[in-house]
Amino acid sequence: MATKNIMIVGVGGQGSLLASKLLGRLLVDEGFDVKVSEVHGMSQRGGSVVTYVRFGDRVCSPVIEEGEADFIVSFEKIEAARYISNLRKDGTVIVNTQQIDPMPVIIGNAVYPENILDEMTGKGVHVDAIDALELASQAGSAKACNIVLMGRLAKYFDIPYEKWEFAIEKCVKPSFIDINKEAFRLGYYS
Amino acid sequence: MKKLMIGNAALARGLYEAGCSLISSYPGTPSTEITEEFAKFDDTYCEWAPNEKVATETAFGASLRGKRSACCMKHVGLNVAADPLFTMSYTGVNAGMVICVADDPGMHSSQNEQDSRHYAVAAKVPMLEPADSQEALDFAKIAYEISEQFDTPVFIKMCTRVAHSQSIVETGERIEAEKVYEKNPRKYIMAPANAIARHPFVEERTAKLTEYAESSAVNSVEKGDGSHDFGIITSSTSYQYVKEVFGDSVSVLKLGMVNPLPVKLIRDFASDNKTVYVIEELDPIIETHCKSIGVNVIGKEKFSILGEFSQKTIAKAFGLAEKENVSLDTAIPVRPPMMCAGCPHRGMYYVLAKNKITVLGDIGCYTLGSMPPLNALDMTLCMGASVSGIHGFNKAGGSETEHKTVCVIGDSTFMHSGVTGLINIAYNQSNSTVIILDNSITGMTGHQQNPTTGLNIKGDPAGKVNLESLCRSVGINSVRVVDPYNLEECEKAVLEELAKDEPSVIISRRPCVLLKYVKPKKPLHINKDKCRGCKRCMKFGCPAISFRDGHAVIDNTLCIGCGVCAGLCPFDAFESEVE
Repeated sequence: MATKNIMIVGVGGQGSLLASKLLGRLLVDEGFDVKVSEVHGMSQRGGSVVTYVRFGDRVCSPVIEEGEADFIVSFEKIEAARYISNLRKDGTVIVNTQQIDPMPVIIGNAVYPENILDEMTGKGVHVDAIDALELASQAGSAKACNIVLMGRLAKYFDIPYEKWEFAIEKCVKPSFIDINKEAFRLGYYS
Repeated sequence: MKKLMIGNAALARGLYEAGCSLISSYPGTPSTEITEEFAKFDDTYCEWAPNEKVATETAFGASLRGKRSACCMKHVGLNVAADPLFTMSYTGVNAGMVICVADDPGMHSSQNEQDSRHYAVAAKVPMLEPADSQEALDFAKIAYEISEQFDTPVFIKMCTRVAHSQSIVETGERIEAEKVYEKNPRKYIMAPANAIARHPFVEERTAKLTEYAESSAVNSVEKGDGSHDFGIITSSTSYQYVKEVFGDSVSVLKLGMVNPLPVKLIRDFASDNKTVYVIEELDPIIETHCKSIGVNVIGKEKFSILGEFSQKTIAKAFGLAEKENVSLDTAIPVRPPMMCAGCPHRGMYYVLAKNKITVLGDIGCYTLGSMPPLNALDMTLCMGASVSGIHGFNKAGGSETEHKTVCVIGDSTFMHSGVTGLINIAYNQSNSTVIILDNSITGMTGHQQNPTTGLNIKGDPAGKVNLESLCRSVGINSVRVVDPYNLEECEKAVLEELAKDEPSVIISRRPCVLLKYVKPKKPLHINKDKCRGCKRCMKFGCPAISFRDGHAVIDNTLCIGCGVCAGLCPFDAFESEVE
């Protein structure tokens, strides 16, 4: 199988680590060669963060370059736009509609682009936008946004639902399994 | 067992399986997880040292006693450890010793882009360079074999993309390794007479290691399918990018050992290929070596000396078609990292910025105080340089600078190398004001304990340095502690200490809000009837406060209820929820 590429992007502190851990676990269990690459350190402090997940028969590079991503899963609206050049021509963006103002916007040096998702759609991008924060809150924790988005991503794969649930059980603390399974379900079926 | 592991975790596993009994390190991105992962093993010893020099010498001591040991650091940490390094090359080791160093091409979390391979060449110490997690594990074992066979410390060099990329690893079992300690002054006392006798050994060892590099499996030639008339010499993550672009079609000489470099192997590879490219991130180490042995290669003229590579770098250099992608017309505002909502550093920075004080900074989360809107810093150089720097600044500036200049340094950085600067201030008497931003943790690297926290790497009780006593004992008479959430108290302390004609220390103390034991309070909210849109709160630079439709707005997913902003508002518009 040709290598598939998923980018997980968001704001430092939003929980992309758990999302990539879940994907990694699942894809290794499915027998793929897998590479997951992320950057630690300074960028985690509220900055823009990106994780690359690549899987297939044989994966060499740990990073995803321009025009290579099959999916961009974005925890925040403009973060999807920031990395759009990495999306392949007919790729899919799964995006949480939450808006988090970056500091230049907060202090009035820049404007938050309001209609960015429409512009993406206009450029032929398949945009799958959901209010993951609301769905996560319904599931019992605003922090479960990451798993809501994984639920949405799962719809695009042939991997059985139970395998995703199994990966959730292996990746989250026992006391959070139920909340995360519900968050996953809401993302999947919304 | 097959597992997905980051390179650093795989390296820790490899060190463990190879029988490493002791690791001493100072945290630094992207090296930190090697030590953190090793600390999870129960039957070995692991610690955070105050700095990399101490860590390296501790590991040396363990090797001398007969236990396999290691120390881990980021590239700039190796500068601190350089003193023992160069002479350990002469003494060699007893039990094997490994120095893990992680470079940061692209400077994701670093102040420079130095190439650690220069140290291996300069100190005449062998260096292995893994290209993925499995190699990180395997090379740890090879490193100990080389270390004991050739009587030398051995480097394992990581880079961000190997250190922080997860790939599949097959783990194994631990072996135990121990040597007897025997007194051997001519080997271990590097006084001139012994060192003179020892230097030829170092040169002979390099010659033997070069022989090893010619035939060892760590360096390998992968034959292409004949579709290209060129070959590529590469190592580390660059190897992965080459394979991503060319698959198995091109001939590759993959170097797992980047010091010393082979001669015959490279010459033979060059004679089998019409043109040879050297693809290496940062400095032209391999390229220079090739040219020095008369092999004509193409390197930095085609592949940048700056930043990280990727498959795109390689494809572009060889003129391959770019991939189709999407671009938007709207400009996306940048999202730089910033201090967290509720960060205790912010209060002190607000006071310093408000009073237009010159601030010499240091390395840590608090370097982010340089960002708008606070713009509070004038200088950041390296670990500890704020304290030594202000001494020189004030000696040069005298009364013109000493009453309006401070330096800021974190608790962990102060322990690392700030205290020696403070001793200089006390000894040579500059009228300097040092602010220790004590958030009770090593923050930026992800919460490591340090000598001031009272806990060790495993979170168990440990010795605790009392900062107030330490500062007084080195000769600073004016030492005071403030709470950075109390802006009035901070301002009073800063202005009073600056006015004094003696050196002083202000300890700005409050734990990092990301620490688990720091419980957030309920978020504040804005009373829109009271808010007049004056934007004074926007000067504070808290990510939880933004401005919409003429009023301040608080993001209740970010606000931790520290309440410092409430004190800034002249109209009392910030209100706490009634608990």
